[in-house]
Amino acid sequence: MVSYLGRRLLQLIPVLLGMTFIVFMMIRAIPGNPAQVILGQQATPEAVAAMNEKLGLDKPWYTQFFNYIGNILRGDLGESMRTRLPVTDEIWPHLAATLELAVFAILIAVVIGMNAGIISAWFQNSWFDYTAMILALVGVSMPIFWLGLLGQWGVAIELGWLPTSGREEVRDPVNAITNLYVIDTIIQGRFDQLWQVIRHLILPGIALATIPMAIIARMTRSSMLEVMRSDYIRTARAKGQKMFWVVYKHALKNAIIPVLTVIGLQMGMLLGGAILTETIFAWPGIGRYIYDAINFRDYPVIQSGILIVAFIFVMINLVVDLLYGLIDARIKYD
Amino acid sequence: MKRKKILSLAFVMLLGLSAILAACGSSGGEGGKSSSSKGNSILVFGRGSDSTSLDPSRVTEGETFKVTVNIYETLLNFGEEDTTVQPGLAEEWETSEDGLTYTFHLREGVKFHDDTDFNAEAVVKNFERWANGDADMFPYYSSMFGGFKGDAEHVIDSVTAEDEKTVVIKLKRPQAPFLKNIAMSMFAIASPTAFEKGDDQFERNPVGTGPFKFVDWKPNDTITIEKFDKYWQEGLPKLDKVVFKSVPDNSNRLNALIKGEIDLADGINPADGEKIESNEELQLVERPSMNVGYLGLTVTRPPFDKKEVRQALNYAINKEAIIDSFFEGRADIAKNPMPPSISGYNEDIEPYEYNPEKAKELLAKAGLADGFDMELWAMPVPRPYMPDGQKVAEVIQSNLADIGVNAKIVTYEWATYLDKASKGEADAFMLGWTGDNGDADNFLYVLLDEDNIGSNNYTYFKNDEMHDLFIKAQTEVDETIRNEYYKKAQEIIHDEAPWVPIAHSTPLLGAKKGLKGFKPHPTGSDILMHVEFE
Repeated sequence: MVSYLGRRLLQLIPVLLGMTFIVFMMIRAIPGNPAQVILGQQATPEAVAAMNEKLGLDKPWYTQFFNYIGNILRGDLGESMRTRLPVTDEIWPHLAATLELAVFAILIAVVIGMNAGIISAWFQNSWFDYTAMILALVGVSMPIFWLGLLGQWGVAIELGWLPTSGREEVRDPVNAITNLYVIDTIIQGRFDQLWQVIRHLILPGIALATIPMAIIARMTRSSMLEVMRSDYIRTARAKGQKMFWVVYKHALKNAIIPVLTVIGLQMGMLLGGAILTETIFAWPGIGRYIYDAINFRDYPVIQSGILIVAFIFVMINLVVDLLYGLIDARIKYD
Repeated sequence: MKRKKILSLAFVMLLGLSAILAACGSSGGEGGKSSSSKGNSILVFGRGSDSTSLDPSRVTEGETFKVTVNIYETLLNFGEEDTTVQPGLAEEWETSEDGLTYTFHLREGVKFHDDTDFNAEAVVKNFERWANGDADMFPYYSSMFGGFKGDAEHVIDSVTAEDEKTVVIKLKRPQAPFLKNIAMSMFAIASPTAFEKGDDQFERNPVGTGPFKFVDWKPNDTITIEKFDKYWQEGLPKLDKVVFKSVPDNSNRLNALIKGEIDLADGINPADGEKIESNEELQLVERPSMNVGYLGLTVTRPPFDKKEVRQALNYAINKEAIIDSFFEGRADIAKNPMPPSISGYNEDIEPYEYNPEKAKELLAKAGLADGFDMELWAMPVPRPYMPDGQKVAEVIQSNLADIGVNAKIVTYEWATYLDKASKGEADAFMLGWTGDNGDADNFLYVLLDEDNIGSNNYTYFKNDEMHDLFIKAQTEVDETIRNEYYKKAQEIIHDEAPWVPIAHSTPLLGAKKGLKGFKPHPTGSDILMHVEFE
């Protein structure tokens, strides 16, 4: 187990290094000079030249690349060219905002998606099965921004049930400690604020959950259908066990592994930040943070931001792989 | 048996869902009420994006100034709704005959938010901080005052404290818009105690003399400022708190305004103006125009090296139709490269009318009777001076087709667009400009002079006579003579036609009905101390 973990962690090095190199070259291949973009239309050529020199952009690309790698190894992710703040300091509030939303969305997606998939498999070819699977198809194909705007218009404006955007009630702001507002409000015992924070999570959470929910539902259904036809399920039913337990205990345990893979991938994807959802709901998350950095050609933020997101993504995959072993005793890592 | 179970399951789910929704609904009502009763003196100002820094001298970006004009003050102010020079932290000032010495008499009894006294020494320290910097640290200082200490082009010779309340600024050569430059929000006087602690610390903890002091910054989300109790103007500011909230999507910002989550929204689409006007709870606010949207013709790229071709394009484009359709009529047709509100505007220029026949004649004269192929660059982002680049480009394209010119619309991501256009890679490109200080130099010289080729003169247009006029005007202190220079320059620009000027638009804001005392400023940075709720 330990040696497996060590091997997996070692494998991360070439993956992350390769990714860093690709991102590094890609952002330098797109036209646009960071100094010019950051200083704006008003900047004089001297100001641009001075900034280029200070940022080291006048050096050849390989020097820049090895400097960057060297800094990362020393734990320095660089400094934003635009705000002049270290990326390590700047990124956490954005990452926290995305993390909170992603966890909330994945919870919705897992609870609803898995149950819909299970019930669809249980009552295969029933009206519930058909409805759920049609909805899942619609869910996968629905443009998120459209769904988000529709939710805003319908639920927030016409019905007035939920706020249109943001993370908190701005007139009564949350005192940010961890930047995970759900946790912050609980620590401070502000349950009125916690309720506000949750209300702000619902619309973007549902918008973001739609696609994973649909994918999870379809995956669960097909995986369950396979398991439900196996002999041990027939045996369980034959010995008179309640159908509910047969499905949720015996069948689910064997059907869950492919579902878990999908959940892991989707979680990784959500943590990368959803630019559209974050833009529509004015959510100050990592997607918008990196997207803004691309617009400003803020190289250190783009590189390190993507590096962190990629790191999280591969770590989640690793955790998922380890979970297999916990769920299925037949899977052993050594 | 099976069916029964499904039904009951569905029923349970439905029940759960309705319970959740009911819970949301009930509290939604309470939430709405509480925010309007206790939120009376908190203004939430929704805008497109976050500030970069809260040290105005270090940036060139408007979203920063929107906040800092409320935290800091400048020696001189602009007028409430225009760019005339008014007293600020300096109550009075004198200019010497030769235009080289400016004496500022400072206001008494002014304190910084950290309790440091505001005096002549503080002003000197601020100027020294800028003059000892470099172009990377204080980009705007060098563009307005010609460089830094030791540079040959640096306009400011010395800044000295005559006594506690008098500051004397000596110039190396006269600079006509000097007082206007001093009034720009980036030259705000900060507490020396605060910036002497170090720049990086200071950028996130601004300390000025303004009506509001800094409270909190949640990146990409909100910046909160609150009333400064010891502000020198009695009874101001009227609000207790202002929250600047970034809501990047224009229609979402409008939604938040309708819902009452924000009280004031910047950057309203012209198409949404009517929606606000017809809403009884909202009011539409028009920002005085100080911008120009134009189609630039790169004069180094044939056939745009021929004056006749450039003039032909001016005749071919139906500006009125563009303004009616995409600015919803909330713009004036442009005939000069700067808006009429700016001193030195040439009223007498006869605009190019919409006349395709004449355009064809001019093309024939240039030897292009059969037309030609060109690329037309459409702006990828909405700006107040160009709300929908793509659609406007389509109108221009069809106008050009009428005179036999085959225009292909191309567009790039914004930073790429600017980069390529500034290198002269576009045949014809859409762009615009919002003025910084209301001076003619800030439009004409910056956008069309040969000195600015490679930076803001994207057309690569060059004219020796015009260049001489601009340079003379920069040091001419007599306003009448100076305006004559600019009027002459506009005649040259009109005849040479490096641009097709399109519109001077009126940027729109939306506000709650009960909001009073809000006066939008043409520079886009609004001082909010007079704002209150009814």
